Amino acid sequence: MKNSLGRFVPEGFTPFEGSGAFKNKNRIQISKKSVSEGFESLSSVSEMFDKLGITDGMTLSFHHHLRNGDFVLNMVAEEIKRRNLKNMKLAPSSIFPANAILVELIENGNVTEIYTDYVNGPVAEAISRGKLKGMCVMHTHGGRPMAIESGLLHIDVAILAVPAVDKFGNGTGAEGTGACGSLGYAVSDLEYADKVVFVTDTFIDRAENAQLDGRYVDYVLKVDAIGDPKGIVSGTTRITKDPVGLKIARNTVKLLEELGLIEDGLSMQTGAGGTSLAVAHYVRSRMLEKGIKGSFASGGITGYFTDMLEEGLFDELYDVQCFDLKAVQSIAKNPNHHAMSGSRYANPFDDNIVDRLDFVILGATEIDLNFNVNVTTDSHGVIMGGSGGHSDTAYGAKVTVITTNLVKSRLPIIKDRVTTVTTPGEDVDVLVTERGIAINPVRKDLLKKLEGSRLPIVPIEKLLETAHKITGVPAKVEQSDKPVGVVVYRDGTVIDTVFKTN
Amino acid sequence: MKRGIAGSLESNDALITVKESDTLKITVKSIVYDFFHKQIEKVILDTLSELGYDKIEVMCEDKGALDYTIKARLTVALARMEASE
Repeated sequence: MKNSLGRFVPEGFTPFEGSGAFKNKNRIQISKKSVSEGFESLSSVSEMFDKLGITDGMTLSFHHHLRNGDFVLNMVAEEIKRRNLKNMKLAPSSIFPANAILVELIENGNVTEIYTDYVNGPVAEAISRGKLKGMCVMHTHGGRPMAIESGLLHIDVAILAVPAVDKFGNGTGAEGTGACGSLGYAVSDLEYADKVVFVTDTFIDRAENAQLDGRYVDYVLKVDAIGDPKGIVSGTTRITKDPVGLKIARNTVKLLEELGLIEDGLSMQTGAGGTSLAVAHYVRSRMLEKGIKGSFASGGITGYFTDMLEEGLFDELYDVQCFDLKAVQSIAKNPNHHAMSGSRYANPFDDNIVDRLDFVILGATEIDLNFNVNVTTDSHGVIMGGSGGHSDTAYGAKVTVITTNLVKSRLPIIKDRVTTVTTPGEDVDVLVTERGIAINPVRKDLLKKLEGSRLPIVPIEKLLETAHKITGVPAKVEQSDKPVGVVVYRDGTVIDTVFKTN
Repeated sequence: MKRGIAGSLESNDALITVKESDTLKITVKSIVYDFFHKQIEKVILDTLSELGYDKIEVMCEDKGALDYTIKARLTVALARMEASE
């Protein structure tokens, strides 16, 4: 079966129709987990498996707020391996290189299905080589809470790393040795899993502004360390020094200004990459020069945005995940730096933040002539990422800007057709490269506003031609026809399929 | 046997090693092999013929270099080979 973009959809999955198709559907919510006071303490991972009856075929979920410093998913993986459990389904909100132990579990059939929003490193390569018996189902950050609350993704046990737990079982990410700030991606798991375990290394008397409601927790497991603080957050996130990246960022901000988006009350989101931060830097300069104030910034929050909050350049920050130490410190002390759940952030059926964004700055591994964007696979089709919030913010924001170098290590970023569609071109409005800016022709309103602009605005076809003049035309690479994963759009439909590679 | 090396393994560069040989042997390793190996081989062959070499061993370890970079690295590697003892 093919979806509306002409992409293959495997048996048993619903094809993608369009980014706004969810508006014709009703929100489905299974009943939340029942609440109770108190929790039972556990002293080992093994005891947790025994007490909860964790056995073959179960679905275990995790969040990825400890990122590449996470120990909790790995502890559970070790126990699955030790017990040689089979056909386990894992639903971590993301998987990082530090979770390489999963490769062995995949090869041995201990783990046969994976549900995640992002996967990078050895596990991604193993999935792409066809080692996983079942499918890797790749959600978006907003689609995952939708899948959980609707019962599409049923979780037997949510095993949630929590940096600090108080005596009532309330959890916070703002304190503790493994402090990681917001715990936004854990909230749906907490509310809808059959059973919930908090894994912590720090008990506190009372959590101020608890992010996770202790009434949902069944067990608390105390361990020596939930993660390695060095891998959890980077010390600082920095603006790029690359002149190409800086040029792209400057032109992006000029364009935003010509589109009338740098005005009082603006709302924005950028990623944590060097070019994204440079965009934030130039936006900040213009805001100071114009004497204006933004309403909010959202997303994964960096120190750059907490500085802007403290300077009074934003009223509020909505934070689903802290990217650096400064953001972690800010969420603990700034009352206007709010933790939000993944659902509040981006669930299409929730009263979400992404729909309120004026603009979002995103990256791309590939973008095609229809403005479809790939951030899921490389040009060989090997998994190296995933949507995260890419397609959620692209749908929600009034203007979605992709910033990228035109060529990276000889590979033109623009293709006739992207290897994998992560975000549909209908939601991608502008591409800014160092050699020119392309506007999606469906956005006639933007083209009209930019009439007479002195910015280098050209058709995307012209940018592709420029790229090919520099690099030569890349040879086509054949893909196999064996699906290893599906890219699930935020409404639960399949926007593309990932195939086995060698 | 005389040999010459030029370039680096930095991104967007290539490390090219040439050795005297009785036959023509070209080996290309590249991060963009599937997309550009034919083009890389062609640039190497064209450069060799331009400079009058038909029997030589060339090893190209490519990190996404553009054609002119490959040509420049190969030209310098050959010059270094000729200058070596």
